[in-house]
Amino acid sequence: MSVREADLATPTDEALAWLASLPVNFWLALAWIAVIILAASLADALPLPSPTDMDMLAQRQAPSAAHWLGTDRLGRDMLARLIYGARISLTVGVLAPLIGLMIGGLLGMVAGYVRGALETAIVATADVLLAFPPLVLALAVTAYLGPTLANLTYIIGLLGIPAFTRVARAQTLAFANREFVLAARAMGATELRILWRELLPNVMLPLLAFFLLAVAITIVVEGALSFLGVGVPPPAPSWGSMIAEGRESLEIAPQIAFLPAVTMFLTVLSFNVVGDTLRLVTDPRQGTL
Amino acid sequence: MRGASDRSRPVAAGNGEAAPLLRVDDLSVDYQAGGNTVYAVSGISFAIARGETLGLVGESGCGKSSLARAILRLVAVSSGRVLFDGVDLTQLGGAPLRQLRRRLQIIFQDPIASLNPRRRIDDIIAEPLLIAGVADKTQRDRRIDDVLTAVGLDPALVRARYAHAFSGGQCQRIAIARALILEPELVVCDEPVSALDVSIRAQIINLLEAMKARYGLTLLFIAHDLAVVKAVSDRVAVMYLGKLCEIAPTEALFQHPAHPYTALLLDAIPRPDPDAPIPASLAVGEPPSPLAPPSGCRFRTRCPRATRRCQEEVPLLREVAPAHLVACHVPLSSAGPEAPRPR
Amino acid sequence: MGQAIQAAEAVGAGTPPLLSIESVSVELPTRRGPLRAVDGVSLSLAAGRTLGIVGESGSGKTMLSRAVAQLLPASACLSGRVRFDGQDLTALSPQALRRLRGRAFAFVFQDPMTSLNPVLTVGGQITETLKEHLGLDGAAAVRRAIELLAQVGIPNPEQRLKQYPHQFSGGMRQRVAIAIALSCEPKLLIADEPTTALDVTVQAQILDLLAREQRRRHMAMILITHDLAVVAGRTDAVAVMYAGRVVERAPTRTLFRAMRMPYTRALIAAIPKLDAPPHTPLPAISGLPPDPTRPSPGCAFAPRCASADAQCRTAAPPLKAVDVGAHQFACWHPLAGAP
Repeated sequence: MSVREADLATPTDEALAWLASLPVNFWLALAWIAVIILAASLADALPLPSPTDMDMLAQRQAPSAAHWLGTDRLGRDMLARLIYGARISLTVGVLAPLIGLMIGGLLGMVAGYVRGALETAIVATADVLLAFPPLVLALAVTAYLGPTLANLTYIIGLLGIPAFTRVARAQTLAFANREFVLAARAMGATELRILWRELLPNVMLPLLAFFLLAVAITIVVEGALSFLGVGVPPPAPSWGSMIAEGRESLEIAPQIAFLPAVTMFLTVLSFNVVGDTLRLVTDPRQGTL
Repeated sequence: MRGASDRSRPVAAGNGEAAPLLRVDDLSVDYQAGGNTVYAVSGISFAIARGETLGLVGESGCGKSSLARAILRLVAVSSGRVLFDGVDLTQLGGAPLRQLRRRLQIIFQDPIASLNPRRRIDDIIAEPLLIAGVADKTQRDRRIDDVLTAVGLDPALVRARYAHAFSGGQCQRIAIARALILEPELVVCDEPVSALDVSIRAQIINLLEAMKARYGLTLLFIAHDLAVVKAVSDRVAVMYLGKLCEIAPTEALFQHPAHPYTALLLDAIPRPDPDAPIPASLAVGEPPSPLAPPSGCRFRTRCPRATRRCQEEVPLLREVAPAHLVACHVPLSSAGPEAPRPR
Repeated sequence: MGQAIQAAEAVGAGTPPLLSIESVSVELPTRRGPLRAVDGVSLSLAAGRTLGIVGESGSGKTMLSRAVAQLLPASACLSGRVRFDGQDLTALSPQALRRLRGRAFAFVFQDPMTSLNPVLTVGGQITETLKEHLGLDGAAAVRRAIELLAQVGIPNPEQRLKQYPHQFSGGMRQRVAIAIALSCEPKLLIADEPTTALDVTVQAQILDLLAREQRRRHMAMILITHDLAVVAGRTDAVAVMYAGRVVERAPTRTLFRAMRMPYTRALIAAIPKLDAPPHTPLPAISGLPPDPTRPSPGCAFAPRCASADAQCRTAAPPLKAVDVGAHQFACWHPLAGAP
């Protein structure tokens, strides 16, 4: 007796049904992220005024035909500054967690699979790193090495490694004792092959979901550092420094502070929603039924 | 704690001349759990002849799963030998072990957990071929199609899908296909039907019998359900708390069980017959923990026939009838007053 | 024994049943559409009797038991009536229901590890029920708890009272769960696969315990299982479920001796028999259990039935009685019946 065609939905049908089941806010969030990424990457090609050109005759202007979102305290175009600021936020926001994902993910998987002394060593190192107060450490490092985009990315990336190690290790532990891993070993697969072909595909999705949440957090961290004045130095626009600069104009032109704040909020929220939805979706899949 | 193994080799049913395909010699498996030692398997010896099905029966905690995994070197062996076709698996490592692994395969109890949820079915079934170095894709595809058809699945419907699309019974068929694609000689079935529905169980049992005939397999069939074991086995071994109690040809075991535990198991099984007498719950208490097995005979704490000798001396496997071995100081005799009811 | 049952049935026929399930259906919303877990089930049970409900996974037997106790998930949609001891359970307020549960009817679940709270002592869990439902004070509740543990066969109940569930073995935990269920002297005990997770030697002990306690307390019992062998000797009547419907219902002996539904016969035939010699091919039921999200218009068993024809596939057979009122089955082409 064979499997009946009518009993199984085709793979395409299943994929489409799954996509359709995702909530509306997921799609909105994805759309926002797409817009921000597109704008940031195509910033040079867009017909925008320069974000650093000052125009002392057009300070703190409301939105107009010349400046779609108005100008800031020094007459610089807000929209351009927001888009170029997105570049910085996204660069740090994506690259730093990427460091965490690659290094932390690898260490975590090895720890969870090999166990024993190696695991203890990796976990202990991660714990030590986790014990450092992150913002203070970031401040200290950037003060010492200089606040460049690269340094910022490295230090935030390094600080993110323990979290990824933990998630990767937990996921690996959960899967390493499942029968399909035993079956692979029983077939004569090498340990490396098991890690690569059996465990990685299963650990990857939860790690990815966590990665997106980490992106959200990193954007906030970068914003905080820039707000405090120890992020990327001016005249490069950053959402955090824009908020800081907008503080003194709160009574006359509140939009100077609020526009970057709202943009940051929406971006962080979007990454959170996408990451959360991905996490929700990957978990029940792993169970039966 | 671990008695010396009985050197009298259990004679394979029928042919006594051919060397057994699998021979387990005084095997012990201990593992550490939170500072304590769990004596999962203690000094077990038996042999399986080529083409035979040995059923292994026991309740939870008896160590049958640990034994299955130890035979395949999926867990560490504390002492003893596992001889597969004359080669001692416990002494092998690295590449030679991996090479040999292709000839022994295992089917697990939970069919859905035994398939990688993130890989396509044809990937899963192709994996053994890739590991074995079959480079030609058309050849691989052909073999995948052949084995899927052999287990009763339509390759066109199954290959592109993932495990979650299938029921328990279908997943078990896929797992069987994966185990058979390299045409192994020995297949260890670790409770292959316990997690399946009643109507599907019969299908899978029939399938295993058919596959055994088609591929000329030797099976070690592990289950806790005696009726299922009886349906497929040539000989049956009974395990209790890490030790082998009795091993005999199937009919002999069921008609004339010699070990009190075997008799207890047979008595406790409910029959699908409203006029059959209610199974007697003659067993006293619960199985002791494998952390601290009783001295002497491990079954003595629940045995209605226990004597002082049972507490002091570990019983060894002895032959009480042709090919029928039992490890008991006071075995049931088929001619005695406690003769079991004919079934 | 069969005649005694028939006589008892006749005696019990006049009094209204303790539990009456009338056309109960349960629908659950799922991603793939509404799922009819239970479809128009009607059953009744008299006081002191045992009803066995047999079915495979997906047959709806667990959902049915939840429906009886009104313990369905929030998204489930229940239609039909459940009458217990004269009261309509579907019409009661949540507070009234809560008072009934535990007191009037109690549950024993399959997995005692998850049905017992792992962070409370066993004694705590029993006394909690006693204080809540019977209003006993602390000392009286502890005394009663010790009594109950002894009744269910747990040695050293005074010490065991202070232990946690993980310190008990599987069979012992199930005894504790039974003690909790029996603590308030319920009139109905619903046991949902109580021995499936247990070893066969322990299974016999637990079933004996349930039977003994039932006789002693004159309790009605519903025994839900997938194992026909378990119901064979321990129930008065058996209902076989398939795809959410009851497909055959009869006094136990009649069911095994004179089954009418091909599914029932196929199910019994598919069980490996201890009496058969090894390597006897098993008459397996071909095909797969039906997909509950895609109900067919005809008989749900038709795709797998050897005697199905066009009528079976298009029209669902009703559950009707024939001859003696107690034996009902839903089949257009029932088997010959008693020899």
